[in-house]
Amino acid sequence: MTASVVFFYAFAALAIVSALGMVLNVRNTVASALSLVVTMVALAGIYVLLEAHIVAVFQIMVYAGAIIVLFLFVVMLLNLRTDDFAPGRQKLVKLAAVVIALVVLAELLRLLTTGLPEAPPLPEGYGGYAQVGVALYTDYVLLVEVSGLLLLAAIVGGLILAKRRIG
Amino acid sequence: MPVEVVIKALFILAVVIGAFAPILTWVERKQSAVMQDRIGANRADVAGIRILGLFHPVADVIKLMTKEDVVPQGANRVMHLMAPLIAAVPAVISYAVIPFGAVYTFGAREISLVVADPDWGLLYIFAIGSIATYGTIMAGWSSNNNWSMLGGLRASAQMISYEVTMGLSVVGVFMVFQTLKLSDMALAQDSTFRLLGFVDVLFGVPLPAWLDWLRLPHWGIFVQPLAFVMFLTAIMAENKRPPFDMPEGESEIVAGYHTEYSGMRFGLFFMSEFIEVIVIAGLVATLFLGGWAIPYLSQETIIGAISPVLGVGFATGACLVLHVLTFFLKVIAMIWLQMALRWSLPRFRYDQVMDLCWKVLLPLSIANVFVTGLVLLTIQGGSA
Amino acid sequence: MIPLEHVIGLSAVLFVIGVLGVATRRNLIVILMSIELMLNAVNLAFVGFNRMWPVVAGEPRLDGQIFVLMVITVAAAEVAVGLGIVISLFRNRDSVDIEEVSLLKW
Repeated sequence: MTASVVFFYAFAALAIVSALGMVLNVRNTVASALSLVVTMVALAGIYVLLEAHIVAVFQIMVYAGAIIVLFLFVVMLLNLRTDDFAPGRQKLVKLAAVVIALVVLAELLRLLTTGLPEAPPLPEGYGGYAQVGVALYTDYVLLVEVSGLLLLAAIVGGLILAKRRIG
Repeated sequence: MPVEVVIKALFILAVVIGAFAPILTWVERKQSAVMQDRIGANRADVAGIRILGLFHPVADVIKLMTKEDVVPQGANRVMHLMAPLIAAVPAVISYAVIPFGAVYTFGAREISLVVADPDWGLLYIFAIGSIATYGTIMAGWSSNNNWSMLGGLRASAQMISYEVTMGLSVVGVFMVFQTLKLSDMALAQDSTFRLLGFVDVLFGVPLPAWLDWLRLPHWGIFVQPLAFVMFLTAIMAENKRPPFDMPEGESEIVAGYHTEYSGMRFGLFFMSEFIEVIVIAGLVATLFLGGWAIPYLSQETIIGAISPVLGVGFATGACLVLHVLTFFLKVIAMIWLQMALRWSLPRFRYDQVMDLCWKVLLPLSIANVFVTGLVLLTIQGGSA
Repeated sequence: MIPLEHVIGLSAVLFVIGVLGVATRRNLIVILMSIELMLNAVNLAFVGFNRMWPVVAGEPRLDGQIFVLMVITVAAAEVAVGLGIVISLFRNRDSVDIEEVSLLKW
């Protein structure tokens, strides 16, 4: 029971509890968003334990630090306080979704009992910014350029969708 | 090993937070008083002894702790309580990666004066800074008050805008020093470079030896002056420090997102802003002012000079003390600069703040990266 | 070290919680957040599998981590546009309840 295994189980429990808190919380949308932030920070901790340091830092900087803030902006601007809507008509569909999801989960977990081999030792500087940077700009340079274009399209699209009147 | 970490962490908590932050409230009052040609707060006394008003921080703390903690009706109590904590904790833990001194070898032991030294130390500070946004958002939302929510929205929009510029403006520093590890960055600033060295590379003419003494310390501010100005602006805006304190708008929207906070919860917001002033000072000192490095006297020079007289162990200890004192001197200088900027500049309007970030600082920081890359390629191309 | 089947198991559990969120919640913003949770679960699986095979033919390979960076980028773009859609929808219908925008259903 090394320290990293204990930390992993602690972060995993925190991630599951806050994910459930996000999905099951009906009364307070802002609390759901904040539970999602806790999940993401717990996952960033697990990434550090898996020696993916740059990914962990990006997860906190971009995902937990900017994307969820955007969610909170929209919730606060639209003043969405609770999820207390009038009773709907789709109860049977939701029950079916829950059952199917649980069956899929049981299948996935059963597939994992075969066991994976032990994790191999890591080369020096693995997951550090030097290796990630080299990989991004040699093997995956096309991906970087295309993602830049994608973000530009998203900026323009978001601006136009949220404006009141064009022009 | 863990004992050392605990000792260093306790040192930071005691000195930086226990001593510097309360004294900063006094410095703010006295510096503004001196700049405005008045005396400032000097009435607090203990048994009739007033030391220039240095008891005012103590009086402040007592006042804040004994005030009633009011939670507005209809507010979400849990969020109202957690918001000051989420605003204060990132400011405190940012100090974990800032180096107070170099690595010193005392016989068989190596002591490095930094609590945690990951390879990506600078990215850690940006990540922690982006978590601090949530304290502001939660404070604005949980107070069940229109003005608080408005202030919270404005503050968090300002904070996430300036995070981008903060990151981009230090890319130039990163390119020059080739490392994100803050202790290595401070170590790289421990040397000097020739002021006219670019003549050597650009024109191929070797520099005459009598011009070799004209050297500058290899500090970030000399190799990346534009980045220094941009980073200082961006990180002061991130901290919502005047002149960027539109979210706290002390004369407009009451007190913005901490309107509904009183007692020690307000004290936490108040203190976290001052702790972040110290973090800014420490970070700018490490990145741009050479950290613990004494200009023109590198660590080997100092140890080499003292050890023939008093022995290597004492020389290393003296060097350690000198470096820590130099670091704190630079921190104090940067704190003074931030206070002077606060009391000199009028508050910016919100659209001016946003324009400054997206229309001025962002293009300038990208241009800085471009020019730095060109210069580095020229220097490498000339010498390779 | 960390048993990697537990990492993948955690990823599966988080993914299924995300699917439950999308299927059962009526608030459009919570549905978008559940989609983010699913993307996070997938990121965890990528990083876990990358940890399993860090060296391929003598070279360190970071494919999983690069893919995670791309997934984060795509998630950012998707959230920006998705929330723009939510804002337009709210302006027209004054509600983010998906039961009220089901005109195209059978």
